[in-house]
Amino acid sequence: MMRFYRRAFQDIIGNRFVNTLTVITIALSVLIVSAFVLFFINTAELIDPWKQGARIMVYLHDQVPQERIEPLLRQISGMYGVDHATFISRQEGLERLKKSMKRQPSLLENLKANPLPDAFEIRMIPESQSEAAMEVLANGLEALPEIAEVEYGQQWIGRISSIVGLFRLGGYALGALFFAASVFIVANTVRLVLYSRRQEVEIMRLVGATDGFIKAPFYLEGLILGAAGGTLGLGGLLAAFLFASTSLDQSLAGTLLKLRFLPLSTVALVLAGSMVVGWLGCYLSLRQFLGQTPLSEPL
Amino acid sequence: MTANGAPEALIRLFHVHKRYGPKHALVDISLDIPKNAFYFVTGPSGAGKTTLLRLLYLGERASEGQILVDGMNLSRIPAKRIPFLRRKFGIVFQDYKLIPTKTVFENVSLVLEAAGKKFRLIQKKVRSVLRTVGMEDKAEALPPSLSGGEQQRVAVARAVAGDPKIILADEPTGSLDEDSAAVIVDLLKGFHTRGGTVLLATHDRSLIKKTGGRVVHLHQGHLKEITSAGLDYR
Ligand SMILES: Nc1ncnc2c1ncn2[C@@H]1O[C@H](COP(=O)(O)OP(=O)(O)OP(=O)(O)O)[C@@H](O)[C@H]1O
Ligand SMILES: [Mg+2]
Repeated sequence: MMRFYRRAFQDIIGNRFVNTLTVITIALSVLIVSAFVLFFINTAELIDPWKQGARIMVYLHDQVPQERIEPLLRQISGMYGVDHATFISRQEGLERLKKSMKRQPSLLENLKANPLPDAFEIRMIPESQSEAAMEVLANGLEALPEIAEVEYGQQWIGRISSIVGLFRLGGYALGALFFAASVFIVANTVRLVLYSRRQEVEIMRLVGATDGFIKAPFYLEGLILGAAGGTLGLGGLLAAFLFASTSLDQSLAGTLLKLRFLPLSTVALVLAGSMVVGWLGCYLSLRQFLGQTPLSEPL
Repeated sequence: MTANGAPEALIRLFHVHKRYGPKHALVDISLDIPKNAFYFVTGPSGAGKTTLLRLLYLGERASEGQILVDGMNLSRIPAKRIPFLRRKFGIVFQDYKLIPTKTVFENVSLVLEAAGKKFRLIQKKVRSVLRTVGMEDKAEALPPSLSGGEQQRVAVARAVAGDPKIILADEPTGSLDEDSAAVIVDLLKGFHTRGGTVLLATHDRSLIKKTGGRVVHLHQGHLKEITSAGLDYR
């Protein structure tokens, strides 16, 4: 096993220039593709609630009597596109508000009366939700005499969601493209090394080396190139991420949006993927090269 | 021993032909080489000596006919098994075929590494064969920095290193002075006395006379005759 490592490292050092270029290419591919993944992971947090059903808040007039609540709830629950509706009394609403404003309790302390109206929280059925469906439902709700105001500010998320969907498609395409390009470049590099070693390969065959023995260092080289490129690319992404998130933290957006880096499992996956690139590139050029040498199968 | 008392053949060629396009390099060669024989293959340049040796280790396939080596039928060997056939042979190539970018030591150890030998054993074995050919001082040299004769000695060292059953030596003394040639021939004879089989291609008549053994005469691809030379009648 040691001798395979030695041969692989000799090859890498012997062809420093192409190998460096290859590692950089893989690193750039990994950087770009995993930047996309990072983007998706961070936007998913924004979009996921929308996916679980859009939320509509409905506020009632002050004078709606207690006994109207129950039938109203049933009526709303029966409307098209509604998954479920919950009643939130004005007391409950105040509790929630107090909880969410724990840090500034003084703001609420001096209240003489509860300023909040009674409300319904409505979740839409995810499958039947669209901007249009939301509009229709909102209009239907507004038409009810007991209802003072309908609030559905999450409309914009729906729009972002479809843009992100488009981005995701582009990301897949770009990922596939970079994958193929990296495989191609590794294949080319290994071909170059093979070419410089073709005499050696032929001699090894003549003295009874199996193809496995001959190929092993090349595969090792492919895996090393892939791993090096993957590490470099992820390292670059991490550096860029740390830079971006510290500068974001200091701005206002930082309080609204908490950026996360790729989870460890994804990092491992990207690294494994770049090693697969190395392996595959090697496989392709070995298959082509060893298939061509006369001694593989004398005729 | 076979029924008729002739020694069992280690190598058997049966109506073997080799053509390169319209060129007939070997024509209808039938030949038995017993275990532990010392055979010369001789003939003028272009007679087919190298071609004959190449067919044995499947450097190329015969165009026609059957070849058996140590019980293996070469026309039936799948590609995967070819390395194992080749390990039966130690080969001294006419053009040496040393790897120019590897040291003398590495060139010789390659055979043992390919055969999956242990590191310790390889170190010992390579030192010892380099000593026998008188090249231990040049173990770290690269082949291009060696003279033709020195390269030839390294090639011989590599051929014997793997303890093969058969040595195929193609003009192993071609670029050597008489003394160095004698060293090589002694080495091959030693291999022979230890039970090995040797096929030595050469057109050096005096070498054949001095060494002795069976002589296969080729001429333009045809097997002319098999004679005995020297004291060694086998
Ligand atoms: N790969 C090849 N393609 C075409 N012709 C070939 C090939 N190899 C050998 N020949 C031809 O076959 C004939 C026998 O060649 P071979 O090399 O076996 O001769 P040889 O006896 O070893 O000669 P020498 O003493 O010069 O080494 C020659 O005429 C040669 O030109
Ligand atoms: Mg020849």
